[in-house]
Amino acid sequence: MDALRRNILKNAGGVGAIGLAIGAGLLKPTLALADWNKAAFDAKTVPEAVKVLGVANAAESKDIVIKAPDIAENGVVVPVEVTSNIPGTEYIMVLAENNPTPLIADFDLTNGAMGYVAIRIKMGKTGPVRAIVKANGKLYTAFKQVKVTIGGCGG
Amino acid sequence: MEPMRMRATIQGDVADIKLLINHPEETGLRKDPKTGQIVPAHFITNVTATVNGKQVLSAQWGVGISKNPFMGFKVKGAKAGDKVVVTWVDNKGETQSGETTIGS
Repeated sequence: MDALRRNILKNAGGVGAIGLAIGAGLLKPTLALADWNKAAFDAKTVPEAVKVLGVANAAESKDIVIKAPDIAENGVVVPVEVTSNIPGTEYIMVLAENNPTPLIADFDLTNGAMGYVAIRIKMGKTGPVRAIVKANGKLYTAFKQVKVTIGGCGG
Repeated sequence: MEPMRMRATIQGDVADIKLLINHPEETGLRKDPKTGQIVPAHFITNVTATVNGKQVLSAQWGVGISKNPFMGFKVKGAKAGDKVVVTWVDNKGETQSGETTIGS
C-alpha cells in the first residue's frame, strides 16, 4: 500500500481528493499506478522531452506517415493520425514542436495493437508535428509541418 | 459525468476503435474571461485500453490534447464480439471507463 500511495502522490497533487477517490472506489489502483512523466510533459523543448523519456537520436523514417492538415485554421483542435508501417511498432510519441510544452502524448502498444493512433491536439503556433516510433527496440521519427492560423494553447 | 462514446468496427481481423471522452482538458494557462483568474489545470493523464481483458494500449496524455478528447486505434487479431474497455484518469484523480463490443 505504501508503494501505491507514493505513486498516487507522485502523479497528482491533491492528497485529500485522491484519498477520497480511492476510499470511494473511484480511482482504480491499476491506473493510479500508471506512470505520468511530469518532467517530460513539463519540458519546454523537444530535445529535453525526448531525453527525459529516453527516445533521443531517432532515425528519420519514410515508413511513418503523419496525417494532419497543411493549414489548421484553429489550433484548438488539430486532427493528427500517425501510422507506422515499421514492423514491430510498440510505441508512438506525438509532439507539437513549437508548443510551450511540446510533448502531447505517448502510447505503448501491445497484444496486437497496430502502429496507429489518431488524436486531436492543440497547437499554439505553426510548426512541425513530430512522431517518434519505437519498433523492436529501435527509434524512428518523422514530422509534418502544420501551419496554424489562430493558435490554440490558451484553451 | 457524460458517458464515453465508443465505436468498434472490424475489417478482416483488424478492429478499428474510436472514442470520444467528455473532458474540459484545461491547460492551466487559460484565464477566465469574466474573472481574469487562471483556470486551474484539469486534464487526462493516463488512458488504457483492453480487448477481452488484455491490455492493448497504455497512453500518457498532456495538456496538448484537445477538449473533449478523441482517440482512435487499431487492434489486429480481434474478432466481432470481443469486448473493448477504455479507462482514463485525470490530474485530479477523476476516472471513467467505457466499454463496447467489436462489431456492434
